Amino acid sequence: MSAAETSGPEYYGLMAEFDNPDDLLAKTKKAYNAGYRHMDAYAPFPVHGLGEALGIKRNGVPYIVLLGAVLGGLAGYGLQYYTSVLAYPLNIGGRPLNSWPAFMVITFEMAVLGAGILGVVGMLALNGLPKPYHPVFRVPRFELASRDKFFLCIMESDPQFDMEKTRAFLEDLAPQGIYEVEQDATTKVYD
Amino acid sequence: MQLSHSQQPPGQAEVILEPGHTYESVGKKISNVVLDVRTPLGWVVGFGAAAILFTMYLISIAVLFAWGTGVWGNNTPVAWAFPIVTFVWWIGIGHAGTLISAILFLLRQEWRTSINRFAEAMTLFAVACAGLYPILHLGRPWVFYWIMPYPNTFGMWPQFRSALAWDVFAISTYATISALFWFVGLIPDLAGMRDRAKHPVLKFGYGMLAMGWRGSARHWERHQALYLLLAAIATPLVVSVHTVVSFDFAISQLPGWTTTVLPPYFVAGAVFSGFAMVVTLLVPMRKLYGLQDMITVRHFDIMGKILLTTGLIVGYGYTTEFFTAFYGGSVYEVDMMWYRLTGAYAPFVWALAACNLISIQFLWFKKVRTNLWLMFILSLIINTGMWLERFMIVVISLTHDFLPASWGLFSATKWDFSLMFGSLGLFLVLLFLFVRTLPMISVFEMQELIHKTESHH
Repeated sequence: MSAAETSGPEYYGLMAEFDNPDDLLAKTKKAYNAGYRHMDAYAPFPVHGLGEALGIKRNGVPYIVLLGAVLGGLAGYGLQYYTSVLAYPLNIGGRPLNSWPAFMVITFEMAVLGAGILGVVGMLALNGLPKPYHPVFRVPRFELASRDKFFLCIMESDPQFDMEKTRAFLEDLAPQGIYEVEQDATTKVYD
Repeated sequence: MQLSHSQQPPGQAEVILEPGHTYESVGKKISNVVLDVRTPLGWVVGFGAAAILFTMYLISIAVLFAWGTGVWGNNTPVAWAFPIVTFVWWIGIGHAGTLISAILFLLRQEWRTSINRFAEAMTLFAVACAGLYPILHLGRPWVFYWIMPYPNTFGMWPQFRSALAWDVFAISTYATISALFWFVGLIPDLAGMRDRAKHPVLKFGYGMLAMGWRGSARHWERHQALYLLLAAIATPLVVSVHTVVSFDFAISQLPGWTTTVLPPYFVAGAVFSGFAMVVTLLVPMRKLYGLQDMITVRHFDIMGKILLTTGLIVGYGYTTEFFTAFYGGSVYEVDMMWYRLTGAYAPFVWALAACNLISIQFLWFKKVRTNLWLMFILSLIINTGMWLERFMIVVISLTHDFLPASWGLFSATKWDFSLMFGSLGLFLVLLFLFVRTLPMISVFEMQELIHKTESHH
């Protein structure tokens, strides 16, 4: 928090609007090079390279999907092993109880199921969704972020953030508009 | 923000998106179908007809529950008749949706963008129609959960060496993954609907479904990683599902069922019938909502080629089946093949040959592939043929097994037909509700396509 803490609204950050994805990408890179780290870019569709421009290096989703596949596969095989060998063994002509080739289909299906379910839950959890309210929605123009406008938001939590200096910096990027993103009085969101 | 197509030669048949579209124009056009356009008369008529069929479905189920499976023609030796034939038919239709959304995504086939959402929805509804059939067929459908492994007072567990137990896992996994894949793709578009909707109830409804999606680049990174991975796991899954369905037959010892070519030829047949259903549905739907500039003649040209290719694979499957029987020399197998061609049901088999082998030869010609009337008619013929194929496999094989003493004939009753056409009603009702309430073309992927096309120049 800056010095002007006594009264007035608290801010989530400052948001700049751009007209096309290439512009947003170029300006995001500039902001990163200027030292801003706590920021986010918004686009109606995935823009290739935007994550990199924001400095995002790690993506946890693939590991979660892998974990889901392993857990699902183990659960699938474990279920069949437990029921066919331990809980309900059926001796059919002396054939092995642990008939693993016949168990492969369900093992595979359960691996896929585990990967899919954990992947979707993991993606939503890492993204912090569901979160129907977020301060950026308080900007009226932000409605267009799902249509054809592109936004860059530098968060108040960034160590370099200063209402005046950051505004001047964003103005240099020649955006179509700059908006202050206010926090709600009761529901504060910082990331 | 004009879209041009300089890599492609001019001419209507060659574009996958008509030029002149912007980010806003595609989004507006697709969401307006749901939000602003007055419900077209065609929708009301179509939905009404579907609702009548659906009512027939409900009545057929009520009759079935009240009187039991005796209302059908099923009887020894044909215990698996219409319910299983139609189950396999519906499952097959679902496969085209996953092929379009997952496999063509991995292969970077950009033309898939404007039809993948619709085809995925078709998959979901087809799987729903399919999944209900074996349950209805159980005789005591209220204890269908006995097939699921859960600790119970009988101290019994399902037999996991049985293809029927595999089938349960394959179909339920397929339904779950298809629904997840579809929903993950829908989230950003639901946010778009939330932002476009004017009515507060709609805004709230779409807002809740979008779960607060705000298009953050961090979210997109994870969303796209997941989308790619779901496509990657859905690809072997879709191949496995119809393979497992074919195991229901191929693992047995019955002549006409037990053959190793069954899994690949089932998968090819599934794609074949699924694409035919996509064509059947898209020809009227694009007209109804004026989407000719996004679902272009080029799409039908490509789908025609896929129909031809998979149809030829299916034909190869039939040939191999006959060849294996005669080359193997088992008297039961050889007899089954002669029985198919000359026996009591021979007219169905020859009709199947006409539908699946001869009619598709017209697809060699571009004039046919780009003529939507012909494509529509061909797609209906193909789906009839694919139903007959499953009839040939399921019913004809059962009527004519090893012992002449146990041979018998099957004839369907009116309740067989009413449940079958009724399931078409369930499918169409769901489909009409889908196009009325959700964006039937993926907006964000269309916008991405425009962006890609622009930055290539």
